[in-house]
Amino acid sequence: MKKIIKYSLLDILRNRVILAYTALLAVVSISLFMMEDNPVKAVMSLLNISLLIVPLVSSIFCTIYLYNSAEFIELLVAQPIRRSRLLWGVYLGMITALLIALSLGIGLPLLLLQPTLSGLSLFLTSAALTIVFSSLATLSAVLTRDKAKGIGVSLLLWFYFTFIYDGIVLLVLFQMADYPLETTMIGMSMLNPIDLGRIGMLLQLDISAMMGLTGALFQDFFGNGFGAGLVILVMLGWMTFPILFAIRRFNNKDL
Amino acid sequence: MIRQLLFVIGTQLATLLPVQAAEHLVKPGESIQAAINKASKGDLIKVMPGTYREKGIIINKQLVLRGIDYPVLDGEKKYEVLTITADHVVVEGFEIIRSGYSSMDELAAVRIKQASYVGIRNNRLRENFFGIYCQHASYSLIANNDIKSTGGSELDAGNGIHAWKSDHLVIDGNFINGHRDGIYFEFVTESTITNNKSHRNIRYGLHFMFSHQDIYTNNTFSENGAGVAVMYSRQVTMIRNHFLDNWGSAAYGILLKDISDSYAAYNEFSRNTAAIYMEGSSRLTIFANRFLQNGYGIRIQASCDNNVIRKNNFIANSFDIATNGSLVLNSFNENYWDKYEGFDLNRDGIGDVPYRPLSLFALIVERNNSAMMLFRSPMVGLLEKAEKIMPGITPEKLKDDQPSMKPFPL
Amino acid sequence: MIIATNVQKKFGRLVALDSISLSCNKGQTIALIGPNGSGKTTFIKCLLGMVIPDSGFITVNQENIHRTWEYRQHIGYMPQISRFPDNMTIEQVIDMVRDIRYKPGQELDEELIEAFDLTRMYGKRMRTLSGGTRQKVSACLAFLFKPDILILDEPTAGLDPVASEILKAKILKEKAKGKLTLITSHVLSDLDDLVSEIIYLQEGQLRFHESVAELQKKTGEAKLNRVMAQIMLQKTAQR
Repeated sequence: MKKIIKYSLLDILRNRVILAYTALLAVVSISLFMMEDNPVKAVMSLLNISLLIVPLVSSIFCTIYLYNSAEFIELLVAQPIRRSRLLWGVYLGMITALLIALSLGIGLPLLLLQPTLSGLSLFLTSAALTIVFSSLATLSAVLTRDKAKGIGVSLLLWFYFTFIYDGIVLLVLFQMADYPLETTMIGMSMLNPIDLGRIGMLLQLDISAMMGLTGALFQDFFGNGFGAGLVILVMLGWMTFPILFAIRRFNNKDL
Repeated sequence: MIRQLLFVIGTQLATLLPVQAAEHLVKPGESIQAAINKASKGDLIKVMPGTYREKGIIINKQLVLRGIDYPVLDGEKKYEVLTITADHVVVEGFEIIRSGYSSMDELAAVRIKQASYVGIRNNRLRENFFGIYCQHASYSLIANNDIKSTGGSELDAGNGIHAWKSDHLVIDGNFINGHRDGIYFEFVTESTITNNKSHRNIRYGLHFMFSHQDIYTNNTFSENGAGVAVMYSRQVTMIRNHFLDNWGSAAYGILLKDISDSYAAYNEFSRNTAAIYMEGSSRLTIFANRFLQNGYGIRIQASCDNNVIRKNNFIANSFDIATNGSLVLNSFNENYWDKYEGFDLNRDGIGDVPYRPLSLFALIVERNNSAMMLFRSPMVGLLEKAEKIMPGITPEKLKDDQPSMKPFPL
Repeated sequence: MIIATNVQKKFGRLVALDSISLSCNKGQTIALIGPNGSGKTTFIKCLLGMVIPDSGFITVNQENIHRTWEYRQHIGYMPQISRFPDNMTIEQVIDMVRDIRYKPGQELDEELIEAFDLTRMYGKRMRTLSGGTRQKVSACLAFLFKPDILILDEPTAGLDPVASEILKAKILKEKAKGKLTLITSHVLSDLDDLVSEIIYLQEGQLRFHESVAELQKKTGEAKLNRVMAQIMLQKTAQR
């Protein structure tokens, strides 16, 4: 499997898309820190941007790459290699490449310009989202045979988690305004990895506003060890379940 | 006004030391109370280093009581340590510890009881229930005292400096830490609070009620359980104070409740849950303050009217303004808002389009607290952009018509 | 070496393989023949584990291949259309497969690489190559590890006559070593002198599996395409 990771990683790193992605992230993060005198605000803006860009690029890139590497997979599937290892290898190669891009594009600027705990957790949040959306993209690529359809599914998933889901939450909030919804909200935030990452981040940066009112329960829940542990656990679930399911499907797929 | 008051008190203190005053020396093992009883009006009593447990000392005549190298007056957790019932008394240079605790009487380290022209200076107060307690005091000075306690809860801790039904007090340069309220004013008028530091008290750094025509300047209130509360008062002047790091679901930089005709200027509000929370307040001028990195800049309830918010800097706050009503009876003008995205074509330093400091999301959260979960969601971002272009929900009139393009040099 | 028993595969409603049972042995060179869509490629993919049969099973060297992968080290496969990662050069592709498949002590067969003179084009990227050159790379990879079983899907399609002859010579040489070779081809004339047996598939069903000598005797023809034409005629006549 190591060799497959190696070869797909080498292949991806030669890809211009990943270079462009690195450059984009680097330009965004450096210019944010240059333009913004207040580093906390810069981290906030960077969070906003990375919550949008990172999942989007991760899912589209992975879907397209998986379809494009159909040849690679076809070539190797006839070789004496376990099938699941093949997909694991390609998947790990993809997320390694994306994480390298993320480290150079966001991690390094943060390390140099804002080496704080909030900087670190911004990086970790983006990394977690990269893995989650790569997993989801791999799943949609394995499930759909048609390239356009697969990319469509990935885009839809991204759109759903970024916009539609929050819209639904807002709707629920207003429909049920008379009921105590804090616990429900905590539950709902678990069902969306982007929300989960965002809230985890906010609790570090905007504690004041979060605690302003509501906050007590949010803070109590996410702030204590149990809540933080649960957040990490749920995030890990979001990373692993889609890819495990994708591998299962891939094992039974006719190529 | 402060200077005048200081001058008045200064001259009063000076007159109480006639040239022919006698000096008395109290050594460890001797009784301070006995020395007081023996002394005549205007004498000086010097207390040598040591620990004195006297089960309550009462100063009932004009005297100067001076500690040499901080002699310790111990209340043994049972007694009020010093009670001053006469005018023209000075107490300075003592370490006063362990005043009695009682849920019936508010026992203090030092109590000024129906006296005027009293000075309490340069003392160290440790582990007292109440620190310095002014009851019907007037024209008195409480300065440069270092007041600390490690009280556990609001119930078993008293206030650092407590003033009740007093007037013309000067509270200056004290450091108060670990009490219930750092400084507590109730029915206190025409007094000044200057250069104090109130840090990590259990409830409020400063608690202010029914106290009119008071001034407080250059104080720092930091990390107090609930910040600062100023309530039911008129004509309060607040200048160059620092309100820092007051976190918590019920913490405010400053809580203004039923305040009128008052003035807050050149203050700094940094990292508070809500820098200013206003309720039932009117005719306030909030001018040239700095609001930095607060959850809310100003939470102004619909019960406030005729307040003027001018030339302040709002920088890096999660929400600049929040309100619970749609009626706008206050004016926001010429402030600097870091979230302003307008332009300045004629280059006069004033933005050409108005700024709406009340975001749609702040309004949503005000109505439905749980919506906080969506804070900074891209979805909310979209809604806010739409609302900025075509205001439908946020009050049309809540806007700054002359937003400054640059922060004011404050 | 290969025994298929009642192998069944459906794609949706289409029956691609309809209970195919056959056995192939060492030293045989077998032509898989049938019209387009008769299930030849599907059968090959089943052998390679790329397509998983709905029912029935296949054994390679007495081992059921269902959900195993180790048996593939005995197989060299040359697909119908060779597709490679676009960004890699010929050398990188060959090195990669070698790197992934190589076991210590294994001897490599680089005869075809030399015969096709591929080393001269080692630095070219796969996307710049013609279909024929890709086929050559594919053929080299199939023979590289000296597998006991060779599966060649339309090996000569796209190859120029010279290359085609080189490949045929190579197949004959391996045959002589006692290997099992499975070839599909539309160009029957290419298979003359090469194959010893013929498997004929039609609409997913096995029509017959006989040795060439037997067929030649039956039909009285020497050339393969003549033989097949005769059989077709007979079959239609029977109907």
